[in-house]
Amino acid sequence: MNRTLVRLLQAPSIIVLLMWMIVPLSMTIYFSLIRYNLLYPERTGFVGLSNYEFFVTDAAFPPAVLNTLVLVGSVLCISVVLGLAIAILIDRPFRGRGIVRVMLISPFFIMPTVNALVWKNMMMNPIYGLFAVIAHAVGAEPIDWLTVYPLLSVIIIVSWQWTPFAILIFMTSLQSQDQEQKEAATLDGAGFWAQFWNLTLPHLARPIAIVLMIQMIFHLSIFAEIFVTTSGGPGTASTNIAYLIYAQALLQFDVGVASAGGVFAVILANIVAIFLIRAVGKNLMV
Amino acid sequence: MTDKQILEWKNRFAVAGAWLVAILFFFPIFWMVLTSFKTELQAIAIPPLLVFEPTLDNYTLIQERTDYTQYAWSSVVTSLGGTALAMLIAIPSAYAMAFSPTRRTKDILLWMLSTKMLPAVGVLLPIYLLSQKLGLLDTKIVLVVIYALINLPIIMMILFNYFREIPKEILEASRMDGTSTWNEITQIVMPLAWGGIASTALLSVVLCWNEAFWAINLTSSEAGTLAALVASFSSPEGLFWSKLSAVATLACAPIVVFGWLCQKQLVQGLTFGAVK
Repeated sequence: MNRTLVRLLQAPSIIVLLMWMIVPLSMTIYFSLIRYNLLYPERTGFVGLSNYEFFVTDAAFPPAVLNTLVLVGSVLCISVVLGLAIAILIDRPFRGRGIVRVMLISPFFIMPTVNALVWKNMMMNPIYGLFAVIAHAVGAEPIDWLTVYPLLSVIIIVSWQWTPFAILIFMTSLQSQDQEQKEAATLDGAGFWAQFWNLTLPHLARPIAIVLMIQMIFHLSIFAEIFVTTSGGPGTASTNIAYLIYAQALLQFDVGVASAGGVFAVILANIVAIFLIRAVGKNLMV
Repeated sequence: MTDKQILEWKNRFAVAGAWLVAILFFFPIFWMVLTSFKTELQAIAIPPLLVFEPTLDNYTLIQERTDYTQYAWSSVVTSLGGTALAMLIAIPSAYAMAFSPTRRTKDILLWMLSTKMLPAVGVLLPIYLLSQKLGLLDTKIVLVVIYALINLPIIMMILFNYFREIPKEILEASRMDGTSTWNEITQIVMPLAWGGIASTALLSVVLCWNEAFWAINLTSSEAGTLAALVASFSSPEGLFWSKLSAVATLACAPIVVFGWLCQKQLVQGLTFGAVK
């Protein structure tokens, strides 16, 4: 293939992604510098950085940043640790293994909105939910999960969906582990933990890096799970940055402030992206 | 007990543990499907009913009341359309990058992947206003275009890796024999890359089908997808658990079954072909 043809073939993907990045982003930056509220269309004009000031000094801002970090951090820890443990647990021949695998990975394919509603209603509802029924049965006071522990509830809901993702990747990767090496290690008297640290974990280094990276991409902007369960509440207890911007824009109609928030979210995501891509990016290509 | 017996017992415990964990993880899905066959009263009965006379009323009711088929059709069109559009753009690009790489190729791919990290909320308003201006709000077209764009980076990454794995020697040999570029693509590369292209498309369809953010914010009754229809059940007025369960079961069933059948392909896609 000659150079021109190569360029010609590459161009479409690069151009559409450049446009997808530049057009909306520059509009967002522009909106963030002007007064733009859908409720007061007569108020216009350049306002400099005051939208940013408003967004950052909003009482909801610090909790939203904290909630975003706690949410991403906890789900990553839970899914990787639990995913590793379960993948190793089922990495042995036994009857019904195929069914166990299918049951374990199913939650990952459930729509996030369905996932969130099933948990909100049928599991965590304080009167009719199964958790409340179980609490009653053992004589405890049922808990209104989404009101008392809103962020924890969202973490549980998201982890239920993403631990199966980690299981799926780790279990596939474990199948390509060298079994003879493990048998030799067992004969030499290496116990479970010695084998885990020296053989299994190094073998899984790349899958773990990939699981972390993909989950980070999806979790920084978790929206549907919060939208249908707690709506960010009570107060700001389960508001993350994505939901805070959404609330500014579509509930309070303040396009200017919401856009400032959008720019902030983009910067935050980029900081994370730079670190992540430096750390694992090169691992992703053969 | 001998060592062998101890090992056997350990193994039994592990298997019992595996089943227990599997049942716990699967339970909410089982419960959702079960609830979809209950009446609304049975759904909130205390203690919860495990044995009851199943009814299909919910499935017929949602059909009558919510235009389920229309939402399902939107999901099918936007998932397949978005995937097809993205593949159309990605296949030639990834092909060119894999077989004639330059020093900048890997950086371009990483840049593409980094656009995936741009949070959707950051660009929601411009996209909303642009689609409003173009008269595309609540149409399937806008979702097809957006789904193609948000999945393009991942698709490029996976296809690039698949194309790279095709041994260069085969191509060089065929070039020596004077094969044209077109024949090279259709007769040598495509048959070898077919599996990779199929798993990439599968993953893209799954991601589109489950996508909720853009569907909720850009569409309503005309082009709403199943993910948006389900979200509309989140309103606090009244508990319609069994109807919700019926809608949810129908919305999830195709993708879950799909996932069961194509585990291997999806793992390869999800890890950009880096885990086999």
